[in-house]
Amino acid sequence: MIPAAFGYVAPTSVEEALAALAEHGDDAKIIAGGQSLLPVLRMRLNAPEWVIDLGRIASLRGVRDGGDHLAIGAMTTHHDVGQDPMVHEHALLISKAITHLADAQVRHRGTFGGALAHADPAGDLGAPALALDAIFVVQGPGGSREIPAADFFVDLFETAISDDEILTEIRVPKYGGWGASYEKFVRIAHQWPIVAVAASVRLEGDTIAEARIGLTNMGSTPVRARATEQMLAGQPATEEGVAAAAALAADGTTPPSDLNGDADYRRHLATVLTRRAVLAAAGRG
Amino acid sequence: MTRINLTVDGQRVADDVEPRMLLVQYLREKLGKTGTVVGCDTSNCGACTVHLDGRSVKSCNVLAVQADGGEVTTIEGLAGEDGQLHPVQEAFRECHGLQCGYCTPGMIMQTVDLLAENPSPSEEAIRLGLEGNLCRCTGYHNIVRAVQHAAGTTGAAEGASA
Ligand SMILES: Cc1cc2nc3c(=O)[nH]c(=O)nc-3n(C[C@H](O)[C@H](O)[C@H](O)COP(=O)(O)OP(=O)(O)OC[C@H]3O[C@@H](n4cnc5c(N)ncnc54)[C@H](O)[C@@H]3O)c2cc1C
Ligand code: FES
Ligand code: FES
Repeated sequence: MIPAAFGYVAPTSVEEALAALAEHGDDAKIIAGGQSLLPVLRMRLNAPEWVIDLGRIASLRGVRDGGDHLAIGAMTTHHDVGQDPMVHEHALLISKAITHLADAQVRHRGTFGGALAHADPAGDLGAPALALDAIFVVQGPGGSREIPAADFFVDLFETAISDDEILTEIRVPKYGGWGASYEKFVRIAHQWPIVAVAASVRLEGDTIAEARIGLTNMGSTPVRARATEQMLAGQPATEEGVAAAAALAADGTTPPSDLNGDADYRRHLATVLTRRAVLAAAGRG
Repeated sequence: MTRINLTVDGQRVADDVEPRMLLVQYLREKLGKTGTVVGCDTSNCGACTVHLDGRSVKSCNVLAVQADGGEVTTIEGLAGEDGQLHPVQEAFRECHGLQCGYCTPGMIMQTVDLLAENPSPSEEAIRLGLEGNLCRCTGYHNIVRAVQHAAGTTGAAEGASA
């Protein structure tokens, strides 16, 4: 199928894009890489009158060293983020998650900001962004504002970006020296996870000094496994120590039930994947 | 209608298109390049894979207007002027990497991209690199062999598993 007819604008600056958004308001939809939006338009699940393409705005692409953080432009493709040596050094968890995201062709088009703005609870980037306490920078008619990851994901496919705003940049604090692993459970290749766990840990000798853990598809938004994080701090990086903490991973979550598994199954999966992810992140996998 | 200018298989083209026109439709219906095929409605199968500005993309999931100013290579642009097959095409023929052939244009385009990034991939890297391309016939075995053949790693791979 092909999309219903729409008008198309391809601004070359964020200001022009914001003006187009202000002009067309509710009738407009932003397109980034189009890897989630185009399937929706082709199935006619949505039929905007205007499509505003961010693809020509060069300033939204690329990864920048911001001193204590990395600034990832919203329009940087999954492929380019995944290949970036700075991301590998300072935010290894993101590099790891991207190797499991979709397939090569989709990674060549799909963007970091587009995936996060889309806010699919099964999307692979939300849990890493949350676990690493990323800051989302959005720009609107009144200027730009910063949204902490903990406030960014509001509900299924819903974020704190207002209708008149554009996500421009994602700032990720630097986690040099932290180990990381993304454990994704799927039934078939290149698909969204039934459950996935994003874990990053900082070791001091054989002890886990700090752990950050995000869960994918364990609720309507990505969630942190706080109880596990707290219990891991100060634990030896051993199978037993990690397993006890990982057993708490699903506490307080409200996972969906669907054809791929019911909520109890997902809770179990979350504990198993958390154990694997933490051990792998600690280099014991 | 929106005016687009692009280079397809080395030829400059310009057209007025509806913004909703997909790149694959443009290639097939406007330019008659039916070598690129459509195998699904969900952007899963990869049969429509072409290169846009040097990287593989699913042309059913890109608007023609998004490709404006870009350079597209399709399966029809791989062979030499004299009809000499591209080494990856040759390898698929040599290793019988196809049965019905429907997935083949996409498999070959994705393989060319894969080998450009990783000239001697392991079997696992090949399988992961072709993750976005589905084949209903072959069971993938001969496709993987064809990629190894094109990469010149067939011998090494067989030696290792023997
Ligand atoms: C076959 C296939 C397999 C996939 N597998 C996976 C997978 O395993 N894991 C996974 O996580 N994802 C997967 N995806 C989705 C992929 O990650 C998409 O790239 C991503 O979800 C959307 O990014 P995009 O740049 O293509 O955004 P688009 O599709 O262009 O936009 C998505 C939404 O976000 C909005 N938006 C985009 N950018 C901005 C912005 N800067 N500011 C405000 N709003 C914006 C758009 O209006 C739209 O509503 C898959 C997609 C396909 C086609
Ligand atoms: S036709 Fe493009 S992915 Fe199937
Ligand atoms: S050869 Fe028939 S689909 Fe691959």
